[in-house]
Amino acid sequence: MIEFYLDSRSGVAPYLQLIQQVRQALRLGLLREGDQLPTVKDVVRRLAINPNTVLKAYRELEYEGLAAARAGIGTFVTATLTDASLAAHGPLRRDLRRWLARARRAGLDDDSIEALFLDTFRSAAGEDIA
Amino acid sequence: MTAVLEARGLGKRYGRLWALADCTLSIPPGHVAGLVGPNGAGKTTLLHMAVGLLQPTSGTIEVLGGQPAAGPAQLARVGFLAQDAPTYAGLSVADHLRLGAHLNPGWDARLAHDRIEALDLNPGQRAGKLSGGERAQLALTLAVAKRPELLILDEPVASLDPLARREFLQDLMEAVAEQQVSVVLSSHLVADLERVCDYLIVLTTGRVQVAGEVEDLLATHHLLTGPRRDPATLPASQHVISASHTDRQTTLLVRTDAPIHDPAWTVSQVGMEDLVLAYMSQAAGSRGRKPALEAQR
Repeated sequence: MIEFYLDSRSGVAPYLQLIQQVRQALRLGLLREGDQLPTVKDVVRRLAINPNTVLKAYRELEYEGLAAARAGIGTFVTATLTDASLAAHGPLRRDLRRWLARARRAGLDDDSIEALFLDTFRSAAGEDIA
Repeated sequence: MTAVLEARGLGKRYGRLWALADCTLSIPPGHVAGLVGPNGAGKTTLLHMAVGLLQPTSGTIEVLGGQPAAGPAQLARVGFLAQDAPTYAGLSVADHLRLGAHLNPGWDARLAHDRIEALDLNPGQRAGKLSGGERAQLALTLAVAKRPELLILDEPVASLDPLARREFLQDLMEAVAEQQVSVVLSSHLVADLERVCDYLIVLTTGRVQVAGEVEDLLATHHLLTGPRRDPATLPASQHVISASHTDRQTTLLVRTDAPIHDPAWTVSQVGMEDLVLAYMSQAAGSRGRKPALEAQR
C-alpha cells in the first residue's frame, strides 16, 4: 500500500498529483499488479481533500488500464510499468550517483544540477523527435 | 438533476443597503461548493436565505428544489452549521446528541455515537468547556447525524487553529465520501477551500463575480505576461479579469475558452487563490462606479 501526499505549491492539480504518484510507484516497483490502492475514504481522511478528486484520479487510472475497481472492496492495480527495465534501474542509479558526485566536485549546486539535467533531457528528447 | 441551490435575481436589502443584489446562481448536486468573498460580501446573508432564516427582498431561492424551511420535510433535508459553530454551553455532549435525536426525524444515533467516540469527546463534558475545535466537531456531528442531503456551513473553520482546521476538513470530507452529501460552505480564506472544493462561487459587495466548477475555471483562466500592451487590443474572446502594468511589462489574468496563440505572451496556469483574488480586486476596482449603477435600477 502506498500513501499519497499533496504538494500544494506545485501548481499541479491534486488529481494529477495522485495519478503521478501511482505511476511513479508502479515504475519504481513499489506497487505491483494486484496491490490495493488506498480507499477513497482513507485518502480523503488523510489529505482532507474532496472525494471527487480521488475518484477522478482512480477513474483516470482505470481508463489507462493501470487499475480496476472491485465493487465494495476498493481499487486494485492491474498492470505494471516496470517490465524488464526494472533490472536496469540499479546500475543506472549507480551511474547517476557517480555523475552527481562529479557535478558536486565541479562546484555545481542543487539548482544548477537540476537545470543542467532538465536542459540536457529536453534537448535530447527534442533531437529524438526531430 | 435538481440544483442543490438555485437563486434567481435574489436580493436582500437592509434599509438602503443591498447586502446581496441580483444574485443568480445554480449549484449542481454532488459537489463541495465554496462560497468565497471578503467579510461583508453577503455570504452569510445568502446562506441564511438558503436555510430560511432570512426572507429575500427580491427574487427567488430554491434549495433541493423546495422552498427554504417550508416545512419539516424540507428542514430534515438540509443541515446547517452557523458561523462559530454555536452549541449550548450549559449542555453536555450527550445532551446535544439527545437533543439532536428528538429534533430530527432522520437522526442516525449510531453515526453520532461513533463520531463522538472517534473524536474522543467525553459525553459528560459541557459544551462550554470544549475547545473551539471540539465544539466545531460537535456541531458538525449534529449536522451530519441528521443525515441531510445538503450541508450548509457558514465559515466553519474561520475561528479554528490550523490543526483543528485540518481535522475539521478531514472529517467533513470523510462525511462527504461516506454519505454522498452535497456541501455549500463559505470562507474568506481561499487556502481552506483549495483542497476541498470542486465548485467555486466568488461573491463580493453583494454580487456574484464568478461561479463554476473549479476545474473548468482553472482551465479557462490564464495568466499572461509580456511586453507592455493595452488590454483593449486583445481578441474579443479574451476577457480581462485583472491587469497590471509596469513601464515595460503587462500582466493580465484573462478568461477565455480558446487557446492563446499570441507568441508575445508567456502563458501560465492560475491557481484558485490567484483566480479569487483577481475577481475580488476587479470588484474592488469597480466599486467607485457602483452607486451610479444602483441609481439606474
